[in-house]
Amino acid sequence: MSTNVRPKKVSSQSRNRRVSLGVTYTLLIVLGIIWLIPLIWIALSAFRCQYQPDGTFIGRVTSNFFPTAYGLKNFRDLFTATYYGVPNAFIKWILNTLLIAVIDCVISTFLVLSVAYCMSKLKFKLRKTFMNVSMIIGLFPGFMSMIAIYFLLKSIGLTGNPSHPEYSVIGLILAYSAGAGLGFQIAKGFFDVIPNALVESAKLDGCTNFKIFRRIILPLAKPIIIYQALMSFTGPWMDFIFAKVIIGADNARYWTVSVGLYSMLFGTHPDTNLFTQFAAGCVIVAIPIVTLFMFLQRYYVEGVTAGAVKG
Amino acid sequence: MDSRSKKDPNYKSNPLSFLEPVGKFFSNLWKRFVDGSVGTKLSHFIFGAGNFYHKQYLKGAIFLLLQLAILWFMIFCPSINGTPYGYKALLNLPLNRVSEGGDFDPVTGQFTTGSDCKLMILFGFVTIAVIILYFLLWNKNIESSVKADKDRKIGKKPTTMKEDLKELLDGKFHVLMLTPTCVAALIFTILPTIFMIALAFTTYNDQDMNNLGTNLFHWNGLQNFASVFTGEGSLGVEIKNRFLPVLGWTFIWAIFATLTCYFGGIILALLINKKGLKGKKIFRTIFIFTIAVPQFISLLAVRNLLGEYGPFNSMLMDLGWISQPVGFLGLKNGDSEILAKFMVIIVNMWVGIPYTMLMTSGILMNIPADLYEAARVDGASTSKMFFKITLPYVIFITTPYLISSFVGNINSFNTIYLLTGGGPTYTGYQAGGTDLLVTWLYKVTIDQGSYNTGAVIGIFTFLITATITLITYRRSKAYNEEDTFQ
Repeated sequence: MSTNVRPKKVSSQSRNRRVSLGVTYTLLIVLGIIWLIPLIWIALSAFRCQYQPDGTFIGRVTSNFFPTAYGLKNFRDLFTATYYGVPNAFIKWILNTLLIAVIDCVISTFLVLSVAYCMSKLKFKLRKTFMNVSMIIGLFPGFMSMIAIYFLLKSIGLTGNPSHPEYSVIGLILAYSAGAGLGFQIAKGFFDVIPNALVESAKLDGCTNFKIFRRIILPLAKPIIIYQALMSFTGPWMDFIFAKVIIGADNARYWTVSVGLYSMLFGTHPDTNLFTQFAAGCVIVAIPIVTLFMFLQRYYVEGVTAGAVKG
Repeated sequence: MDSRSKKDPNYKSNPLSFLEPVGKFFSNLWKRFVDGSVGTKLSHFIFGAGNFYHKQYLKGAIFLLLQLAILWFMIFCPSINGTPYGYKALLNLPLNRVSEGGDFDPVTGQFTTGSDCKLMILFGFVTIAVIILYFLLWNKNIESSVKADKDRKIGKKPTTMKEDLKELLDGKFHVLMLTPTCVAALIFTILPTIFMIALAFTTYNDQDMNNLGTNLFHWNGLQNFASVFTGEGSLGVEIKNRFLPVLGWTFIWAIFATLTCYFGGIILALLINKKGLKGKKIFRTIFIFTIAVPQFISLLAVRNLLGEYGPFNSMLMDLGWISQPVGFLGLKNGDSEILAKFMVIIVNMWVGIPYTMLMTSGILMNIPADLYEAARVDGASTSKMFFKITLPYVIFITTPYLISSFVGNINSFNTIYLLTGGGPTYTGYQAGGTDLLVTWLYKVTIDQGSYNTGAVIGIFTFLITATITLITYRRSKAYNEEDTFQ
């Protein structure tokens, strides 16, 4: 290629580049809007305060995207209303979910970390067997054993217990966290990357496996600890099926918030006019979860990618 | 033996040679019994005897207590809700026997109302697990005694309880770390799974139970599996007529959902990571934002947005494109099934593309720059570089993800259940036009209480996902070279 054509080529190239950048910006902005529209709409619905000409409140889905009137009525109603015979149900559901999420978070994270460390850094007889069994069990649809867990918990009085309906909360925590240890793969992938030489040299210095775990592995594992804690903390806020089956459709006092919100629209007494209150509840639930995700974004991305690439 | 069989052409292998390890196992057990000290010999009958013999009192007492507890459990058969554990649970497991615990009234020839076949099965399995535990403990207690024998022989003092506990923090650290998970998973994951598999071979469904007014059912072999083809059994004609369509749609769904999200995600990642683009972080954040919102919120938002009276339909009507609301998601009887299927795949892109974008972004940034450098020197065009370098590289690295997301999509409950609820429905059938095997499984078990049919659907789902996973996973580098990473 001779030198005299170069300037012309560069300028055409840079024009091309500018055009393609412009196209990219437009595409991304359009896509971004498409992706946000449903979320913006549900947030707008939460603040909607429209009335019929005769003065009745319109809580159902309406055809206008932007409300004609805004207000906080939905939030006020949400916090004071009685749902399924439970006064101030929403607050109770929120507190209930918080309790379940915190305990589940602690237990699950501990179990996952301990199993992942064993699978990654310790050598023992049944290691491969354990990995295979956990993989095979994981392939059964979770909903299949859900009803069996319910029977099991019921037989020991941890759910559907007429004299102690609150025990079903313990049952749900058990159901959430008991199997957590089998989901060790992502954390194991993370531990695998920590060089073995580190462990070996510590061993030569006379460290016990416990000490190695506490002093060397755990400090290095901060990202994966945060990822696991985030996942198990947010899980109970998002699950609307398992919680309903385990706690029981008739035990509304001890529902989690997502079961409650879901039941406003699809429960045994669904009410289409509760849609705006449902939307308000969604906003209340989504704000802390989304904030957590956004703050811990880095760890989330790290965990997700680690899990995907290693398979 | 192997070398001999190769050298000697006249050597005929014993047809029962596969039993050899079994024989060896028992001869080893016998040898252990004969060679052991008095304590070890006694340990075969009384747990912890060897430990007492070697003055490890605490350890011995623990073994002995465990043995007594299990024997008590087996002989005295504690019962819950009128259903016994122990040997009676084993006798109850065939579900056809007169139980001595008063479950069966010999005068009327009926089980009393307290008996409950599902608990009989559940407790039967628990009892089997306890028996296995008993033999494991038996073996552990002998091993412990043999070890003390050995220590004695070479003049060492047998290890104390304290030393054993200390060993838990070092050489046996994995025991300490794995026990909680093993116990919890055994009770709350493995036992329920086995229990549900067992239900697939029974007549257990709530409708029949309610009609008969009992909690009793019986084993019926492979009939539930056969009913997929014959149409007999509790779900009758539904399982026969709907199984294959649902199975087919599950595959179509999984293929489309995986591929659209996969390539969509790669394209989105390429757009965001374009050289010279400003505000990368803002764009990424927008898409992560949609991941962070719980799915029951975002998907129900989409469902209502696209609903009959929602803004989307009214916008299309204002534009004059349609004259009356369209049931995009098949929520009403008689809505278009094809449209509903198309829409769930489209909406699923909205759900899934941000995930793939996140995944591939990191990979795109890690593509060795010298590959592009070399290509540019050779005069390759941008599109050529994309198809010859970027795409093969990304696909190569993300193949495991592609497979796991395919399996994930087969089990994708939320998208279908929240968007269409499986609709459009057909009169007389539970399984609607967009129902996957999992959502059908859910409806069949939870809504209808047809546990045996649900279990059959679950087992089929497992067989499909297991086959795909095993074929691909066994071949993958991650499995075969799993150890090399360490």
